[in-house]
Amino acid sequence: MSRKLFTRRDLLVAGARATGLVALGSLACDSQRPRQGFLGLMERVNERFERGLFRPDRLAPELPESDETPEGEFPAYHITPEVPVAPAGWALSVRGLVERPLTLSVQDLQRLPRTSTRVRHHCVEGWSAVASWQGVRLSEVARLARVDPRARYVEFRSFDSGYWSSWDLESALHPQTILAYGMNGQPLAREYGAPLRLYSAVKLGYKMVKYLAAVSFLPVRTGGYWEDRGYEWFAGV
Amino acid sequence: MPPPQPWIVRVTHWVNVVLLVIMAGSGLRILGAHPMLGPVGAEYEWYPLQGTPPPDALTLGSWLAGARHWHFAFAWLFAANALVYVVYLAASGEWRRRLFLPRRDLANAGGTFLYYLRLRRTPPPQDGLYNGLQRLAYTSILALAPLLVLTGLALYKPVQLPWLTALLGGYDTARTLHLLLLAAVALFALVHVVQVLLHPRTLGDMITGGRRREAGS
Repeated sequence: MSRKLFTRRDLLVAGARATGLVALGSLACDSQRPRQGFLGLMERVNERFERGLFRPDRLAPELPESDETPEGEFPAYHITPEVPVAPAGWALSVRGLVERPLTLSVQDLQRLPRTSTRVRHHCVEGWSAVASWQGVRLSEVARLARVDPRARYVEFRSFDSGYWSSWDLESALHPQTILAYGMNGQPLAREYGAPLRLYSAVKLGYKMVKYLAAVSFLPVRTGGYWEDRGYEWFAGV
Repeated sequence: MPPPQPWIVRVTHWVNVVLLVIMAGSGLRILGAHPMLGPVGAEYEWYPLQGTPPPDALTLGSWLAGARHWHFAFAWLFAANALVYVVYLAASGEWRRRLFLPRRDLANAGGTFLYYLRLRRTPPPQDGLYNGLQRLAYTSILALAPLLVLTGLALYKPVQLPWLTALLGGYDTARTLHLLLLAAVALFALVHVVQVLLHPRTLGDMITGGRRREAGS
């Protein structure tokens, strides 16, 4: 018997089938794995669109006090079941590609140029709310730390069960991106991220890390708490 | 005379059916993450479904992040498909027999409406491919598509497209409008499917293109 195990035709057909499956797989839409397949491809397209639309000097409209969401109606989320409490001797650490690493207490931050912004907050869930936020521009802290030009991304870490996020440098240095220690003219409450939180007009809420512990200027893009679970990384508004 | 439904019309029509199902399903899943309209904490009494998430059977994308990826991926295809259709209508001259032209269609639309309400015994004579009421319905639904896209863009980029968001009355209002437009599309689809069931030949036309008819017949 000289029957071959596979004929050339069998191999060609099997090869074509495998190629077809891979092609189909790369075009698949899987809600549980939105970073892959067609959905992942389109997230990259959308990120280009979002970055193309973003202007570093375009400001979100500053709103009047009458637009503020009533006290207590502004939703507050955290990961830890109890409201997180800052560790004793808390200070913000500024690290990464910087000439001058900084360790800043709330008093240190309050001595820096103070800014206030009242803009609309956009949550990924679909609600929006308004509050005023007092603090220091992240661009001011970056200037003090003398950020290396090789830094393209900024990573924010919290003491709330390891919650974190990473940003593109342009959005982080936007004039309406601040490290906030005050809300509506009062010291920042624990529910809203005391002693210090990130606040910005140009990102969705989940990018604004509360209970801040560290800011790192990095040459590479990293992920984030929700980003690693499938939410968009850029998430600009 | 072209056939009742040229191939580009048929292809864009059926592609649009699939895309609309995807956009509506993923949109309802996104709505489910915060099934309320209006500013947080405000009473929005006119909206009867305040706080009620859409039933799972009507949604697509399983969870908020999944649905957002579906929605923002397929929105481009929805817009592109609509653009192909509109460019074809304009370039081919098909718009003349499809769009609502008040001088030609208004009286016929009124007469057809009265006929459907049984206030009139016979329908007014049809001029061409559609009666006036059909043209009014198809033109209205076509006008909703850019509004869907624009309200969606305002929700996607409220800060980077400030003029658009302001024009639509702000973020929360744009969100309400986006949902109302979906309701309008759903109402259209319902009536459309009922009409097709009553006139099955039109379904055949939308699949095969239909038979060429002599001018005037």
